[in-house]
Amino acid sequence: MSRSVIQASNMEQLLEGIWEQNPLFVMALGMCPALAVTVSAFNALGMGLATTFVLICSCTLISMLRHFIPKEVRIATYIVIIATFVTLVDYIIQAVSLALYEALGAFIQLIVVNCIILGRVESHAAKNPPLSALVNALGMGIGFTIGLFALGSVREILGAGKLFGISLFGEHFQPWVVMVLPPGGFFVLGLWLLFFAWLAKRKEQRPLIHAGDEAIMALRATTEKGARHGA
Amino acid sequence: MEHETLGQIFIITMLSSNLVLAMFLGLCPFLGVSGKLETAVPMGIATSFVMLVASLCSYALNVLLTHFDLEFLRLIAYIAVIASAVQLVEMVMKKFSPALFRALGIFLPLITTNCAVLGIALFQTARGYDFTQSVAFSLGGGVGFSLALILMAGVRERLNLSNLPSVMHGTALSLMLAGLLSLAFMGFGGIGVAR
Repeated sequence: MSRSVIQASNMEQLLEGIWEQNPLFVMALGMCPALAVTVSAFNALGMGLATTFVLICSCTLISMLRHFIPKEVRIATYIVIIATFVTLVDYIIQAVSLALYEALGAFIQLIVVNCIILGRVESHAAKNPPLSALVNALGMGIGFTIGLFALGSVREILGAGKLFGISLFGEHFQPWVVMVLPPGGFFVLGLWLLFFAWLAKRKEQRPLIHAGDEAIMALRATTEKGARHGA
Repeated sequence: MEHETLGQIFIITMLSSNLVLAMFLGLCPFLGVSGKLETAVPMGIATSFVMLVASLCSYALNVLLTHFDLEFLRLIAYIAVIASAVQLVEMVMKKFSPALFRALGIFLPLITTNCAVLGIALFQTARGYDFTQSVAFSLGGGVGFSLALILMAGVRERLNLSNLPSVMHGTALSLMLAGLLSLAFMGFGGIGVAR
């Protein structure tokens, strides 16, 4: 395999995590932090970056150790490794930005039970070499961050009329407060999921329309053959 | 937090700041197991039990860790405790009700990675609850989780009979429903002292 082919497959893997297999919108994983912290675009971005960091570090480390971890205790081992990185992130955020730390609260520590991370580790990193695991984790992390950002910015724009704390609509805007409250989180994520389900459905139907004529021809041919055979 | 009585903690955790519908904890089992009432009820009970055990153990652990100045190990210790509690529930259930054990399937071991359980342990530490307060908190959390799960299962059972566009089926619709339930639970906000 030439070098360019390897790079192409890596690129594909990266894009798969960002779009086709987007953890939040397509696989519907990791919804707890996604809803809880996305009251503003800034919080969403912080949470996304923290999760990406944990995802990349733990996937790479576990991929390096994959031949040494006994199968029977693998889940426990994974969780301990993930928890270690989460503790690290917890202290880093506390040191870098106290405002973000207070806004995210216990949800930074709850990254440890984010299904995306354990899912990636179990289904990909535990079976693949470190480079592939790293690329996959990076793709998923970016995909998750984009998802959180999409959620957070919609909720902040509708619920507070702001983006990144900058007012968008002037003084007369009446904020749609329910959007930053818990029900709004459910509604916005539900709508995003609906949008992606609709996209997937449309993509499924489009080749069918073109393939329709050929399918009819093929069907006609077989029935004619069957009829002749019967006769 | 001293002015909160035990009853207040219980009621607030159960209704107005319900773990699932107001704090967004434990959404995976909430969306995954809420398809049928008959699996929702035992799942709620099992999760509540794990919550209680995890809360008691993590209270004791926190005292121990603080005494030895090892707070940075808190997260890892909690997770280990919860994993063992889940293992316990799994063994008990396998022995006494194998049918139920099969019905819950993968979601039973997944209680380990249920954020509601870890959330209870972390929040009680963060808010500095004492022993009885922690018990009230975890009981309220468990009952609230079961309540949300059972309500959702009831709504979804009815919804199976209705006519909907096929794009709506699945998670998107469940989330919309959860949003409506969450709106309803916001009405309980007037009870007690909201945080």
